[in-house]
Amino acid sequence: MILPVDLLPLFEWFEDTSVGVVIRESLWLFPVIECFHLLALAMIGGNILVVDLRLLGLGMRGQTAAALARSMHPWLVGGLAAMVATGVPMFLSEAIKCYYSPPFWYKMGFFVLALAFTFTVRKRFTAKALADRIPIQGKLIALVSLGLWFTVGFSGRWIAFY
Amino acid sequence: MASARSALLFEAGAGDRCLAVSLQSVLEVLEASVPSVAIRESILFYPLVETTHVLTLCLFLGMTSTWDLRLAGCALRSVPVSQVVNRLFPWAIAGFVVMVISGGMLFLSGPVRAADNPFFRVKMVMIVLAGINAFVFHRTVFRWVEEWDESDEIPGRARLAGILSLVLWAVVVICGRMQAYNWFD
Repeated sequence: MILPVDLLPLFEWFEDTSVGVVIRESLWLFPVIECFHLLALAMIGGNILVVDLRLLGLGMRGQTAAALARSMHPWLVGGLAAMVATGVPMFLSEAIKCYYSPPFWYKMGFFVLALAFTFTVRKRFTAKALADRIPIQGKLIALVSLGLWFTVGFSGRWIAFY
Repeated sequence: MASARSALLFEAGAGDRCLAVSLQSVLEVLEASVPSVAIRESILFYPLVETTHVLTLCLFLGMTSTWDLRLAGCALRSVPVSQVVNRLFPWAIAGFVVMVISGGMLFLSGPVRAADNPFFRVKMVMIVLAGINAFVFHRTVFRWVEEWDESDEIPGRARLAGILSLVLWAVVVICGRMQAYNWFD
């Protein structure tokens, strides 16, 4: 991993935080937090899918993408908050392993991209998507969104393997 | 305690014991089969199957929890219930099929250990219960959905089915994740 600054001392500090130590020394704490991480994954994944499928002209076609995105928004934000609230403690418990794990860095990179894309480009587009038919840029936005979030999830799972 | 338990086992019908023995031997035959060994010993295939199983949660559980939340009155309240369920149904089914195939492969990679694991057993029971809950919902209150489709008042039975489904599937996910730990090996 080529980084402009040496982040290892920072990751060592993460690993030494009391939250990290408590989770690392517990047999069941990490698995329990992970379960809630997975439940939140199902929630935000479904949330993003419902809106992206609509942008592709699939799924809930009876509603406009704008209406769907608006009513799903609190659940998306809540799910993301749960993801971060469960993801951060798990990270703290194995920060040094993450530092040396390529999937971790991919996940973080794509997570930042996915977040930025979702709350700028995608949000701006869906807010105005009041028509029944979605123009081609809407379909592109849906595909990029699905691709970005899929990569976040995929590389997240692979932190456990590498 | 142990002797009482073994006495109980001893007194159980011979038929019961035969069934238990034959199930165990089926699992052992499965475990020794070529596909089982191939999945177990693969470097890339096993993690890919596992990743597929986990990420398909978004498709399967994402869709079912969307309409469960609608039934519970917590999301998409302006959309008729029948539209949420019917439009998302094919996607949930697609997700379920991928879940069963990938989950079946994971099971096949180590059937003896899986079947021995309490979390796996609870998970299977919960899946059956969730299936019964969905079946009852579709056969009863969802049959006259036109009557309450767009009203603010969701019938108690429909609301209960939604909440039950959310809880049962959450337990399925939790047991599925816990099963991967070697606490019972």
